[in-house]
Amino acid sequence: MITVTVNGASHQVDVTEDMPLLWVIRDVIGLSGTKFGCGIAQCGACTVHVSGKPVRSCLYPIGQVGAQPVTTIEAIGQTPTGAKVQQAWLASEVVQCGYCQSGQIMSATALLDVTPSPTDAEIDQAMSGNICRCGTYVRIREAIHQAAEAGAAVGQPG
Amino acid sequence: MNAMLSRRVVIQTGLAAGGLMLGLRLPGFSPGVAGAATTVPATVAEGFAPNAFIRIDRQGLVTLIMPNAEFGQGIWTSACMLIAEELEVGLDQVTPMAAPPDASAYTDPLLGEQATGGSASIRGDWKRLREAGAVGRTLLIQAAAQQWSVDPGSCSASRAVVTHAASGRTLGYGALVDAAALLPVPTDVPIKEQSAFKLIGTAPRRLDTPPKVDGTAIYGIDVKIPGMGIGTVSACPVKGGKLKSFNEAAARAVKGVRDVVALDDVIAVIGDHMWAAKQGLQAAAAQWDEGPNAATGMKLVIERLDTASKTEGVVAKDEGDVASVIGASVKKLDVVYQLPFLAHAPMEPINTTLHVRPDGADVWVGTQVPVRAQATVAKETGLPIGTVKVHSQIIGGAFGRRLDVDSITQAARIARHVSYPVKLIWTREEDIQHDLYRPYYYDRISAGLDADGKVTGWSHRVTGSSVMARWAPPGMKMDGKLDPDAVEGATETPYRFPAQKTEYVRHEPNEVTTLWWRGVGPTHNVFVVESVIDELAALASKDPVEFRRALLPADDHRTRAVLDLAVEKSGWGSALPTGSGRGVALQVAFGTIMATVAEVVVTAKGEVQVKRVTVALDCGPVVNPDTVKAQVQGGIIFGLTAALYNEITIEKGRVQQSNFHDYRMMRINEAPAIDVHIVHNPTGSIGGIGETGTVAAAPALANAIFAATGRRLRRIPFATGQLNEA
Repeated sequence: MITVTVNGASHQVDVTEDMPLLWVIRDVIGLSGTKFGCGIAQCGACTVHVSGKPVRSCLYPIGQVGAQPVTTIEAIGQTPTGAKVQQAWLASEVVQCGYCQSGQIMSATALLDVTPSPTDAEIDQAMSGNICRCGTYVRIREAIHQAAEAGAAVGQPG
Repeated sequence: MNAMLSRRVVIQTGLAAGGLMLGLRLPGFSPGVAGAATTVPATVAEGFAPNAFIRIDRQGLVTLIMPNAEFGQGIWTSACMLIAEELEVGLDQVTPMAAPPDASAYTDPLLGEQATGGSASIRGDWKRLREAGAVGRTLLIQAAAQQWSVDPGSCSASRAVVTHAASGRTLGYGALVDAAALLPVPTDVPIKEQSAFKLIGTAPRRLDTPPKVDGTAIYGIDVKIPGMGIGTVSACPVKGGKLKSFNEAAARAVKGVRDVVALDDVIAVIGDHMWAAKQGLQAAAAQWDEGPNAATGMKLVIERLDTASKTEGVVAKDEGDVASVIGASVKKLDVVYQLPFLAHAPMEPINTTLHVRPDGADVWVGTQVPVRAQATVAKETGLPIGTVKVHSQIIGGAFGRRLDVDSITQAARIARHVSYPVKLIWTREEDIQHDLYRPYYYDRISAGLDADGKVTGWSHRVTGSSVMARWAPPGMKMDGKLDPDAVEGATETPYRFPAQKTEYVRHEPNEVTTLWWRGVGPTHNVFVVESVIDELAALASKDPVEFRRALLPADDHRTRAVLDLAVEKSGWGSALPTGSGRGVALQVAFGTIMATVAEVVVTAKGEVQVKRVTVALDCGPVVNPDTVKAQVQGGIIFGLTAALYNEITIEKGRVQQSNFHDYRMMRINEAPAIDVHIVHNPTGSIGGIGETGTVAAAPALANAIFAATGRRLRRIPFATGQLNEA
């Protein structure tokens, strides 16, 4: 049995240590907001936060998580930055099919947590690991700037 | 090909929905269990169902049945807008729901079956959904007028409430449904003048997006059914091959593996979770008899196409004596254009969830063709079609991939061997290597110029696979010989040539099966036509925009206006730094006129950076301008991705690419700014928009690369070292 804390809740899971966190989250714990896209850390659809840092859960073994808290798309809206990013995503009508957007939002939130007012180049750097097949990149850029301004307006550090 | 033909399903027509009215409510509106479909009766015992699209219950809840699948296009929002406009309900008062398989009720007027594709949805819905809403409103007003004993003409409706202004009386739709359901349904009701629109033409928030930003949206891959196993599959890497051997004991020894299902051409391992299934499949180490295609590769594929392209094709258009006028021209062009096989690679990997029981089957799947999905499961399981329930799911990208049911057929063949519900998921590798691909096209073009630089004649021979012949044989023209899609955008162009010939040579590859891909015929032909027009402009030493203007019919003011707007907004003609260039492309596709200007920089190393894309379009009436812009922006990125990076290649009979590292997607750092300008033309004919951007990308890009470098690229993809080739 392995113990893992996801979105503040502790789970005991009967899986092998090499099992990627993605499948533990989706198929064992049952949170389906985190998506499978490629399985080789190329597309970013599976992005979650481990101790607040974005990781590709499709290649992250559950055995390496240990006591670090895991946050998924289902709970990111409970953080001030995550909530702003989700709001900006809706206001800019970023989403088309939406399948990659959990990962996009997790990456964008992680970016704004450390870089509250990113430049286009910083956005490109942080978001280039997330593929969107619908081609929503133009609006993702807009929405991140919008979320950054919303953060600045209320004096949020990040 | 034969295997696919024999498995091709017969399109069911006239199948009554009956008790099979199953669909998925948008998760944001559904209090139900995630993934569980909500059942809505086709005829509402307690409520009002004036047609196939509207259900209103006694509480006044308005459910709108969506004839088209939602896979990101925003069609559910736009379709709801069309109905709500006439039904006089707010967009916040409606719940969209996927239509069940029912060809009699939901056949697309343009496609001729219950399918979503070909940028046809809005064109098909524009009239029928507004009329459906108007019928509903008329009956509800009549029911209220009857109750009040007043003239229906003295009543009005707004936000699901009927009002008799003179007396101040009001009744909500919920209170009227029983009476309205008893009234005869009128066949001819007036719909609004466009000047009376309150909703159409505005950009309300999309209905499907809130659950897509907080992780609560349930796609097919997220479906959870009690007792369900999760499986993954491996099909023979070479088309036509068979499973030779595998290690079942090793697969079953993997923790969490439940079952191994081996069929003649595919093996599936089912477990408690995807990791067990994947590990089990790897342990099974399937060995294959690869069959007759195991030796072939791209060299042979292209040689065969080249040979076929030298034969005469079926003639789609023949005006004037093309051979003579080109022969007598002062300057001549005789060129070959090649477009590769392409995979669809939607972000949501292929998946189907099935529960096959002795008395029927449930299928949870995202599909562009629900009637075909139902039929193939019935056929593969031997169950009566009426016992197969299709629960349509929202889709994480389709792009034509889910216009076929090969993966659903495969899932049914596997699922009938287990008693429990099973979710079968393809890995990305399986998706890339077992897709049904956009055909490889090999086009020969000849054209000539006279002494004044005017086009004398234009000859275009398309050679490639016919998707239509396999997917919808009745769609073939000229006794089944001409695939109208293969020449769409070639036969009809925006231009008028003094002499023009278009031919089609059908040539099927043995190694892959082909399928529709975003932009279908026009994506292929507009690239070829607009590239060659650019070549001719250069040969005539004329500005590409001026050259195009001169070729437009004098009375085509609509196309001229679109071209002029793109020219103005893009800064066409203004100076650019060395190594930069602008390219233009003009198209009439899916009923929409569009002009596109791409601006690129080509580095000394031959790397292409797309800086900016400017689009002007005229699609006639606009339902939702923000959706139009989003679709064009996304379509441009989709088209640029293919034009720059994508090709599926075959060696030793198998697809060489496997995942996003070698079938790569444009990323945010490579994405240009994209400006979309819509011409106001509310009385024009309505055009489709889902694929127009994809069509424009490659030709605008190729022409910009030529402007920047003087190099004409006649083979897609561009960024595979072509600019470094001598």
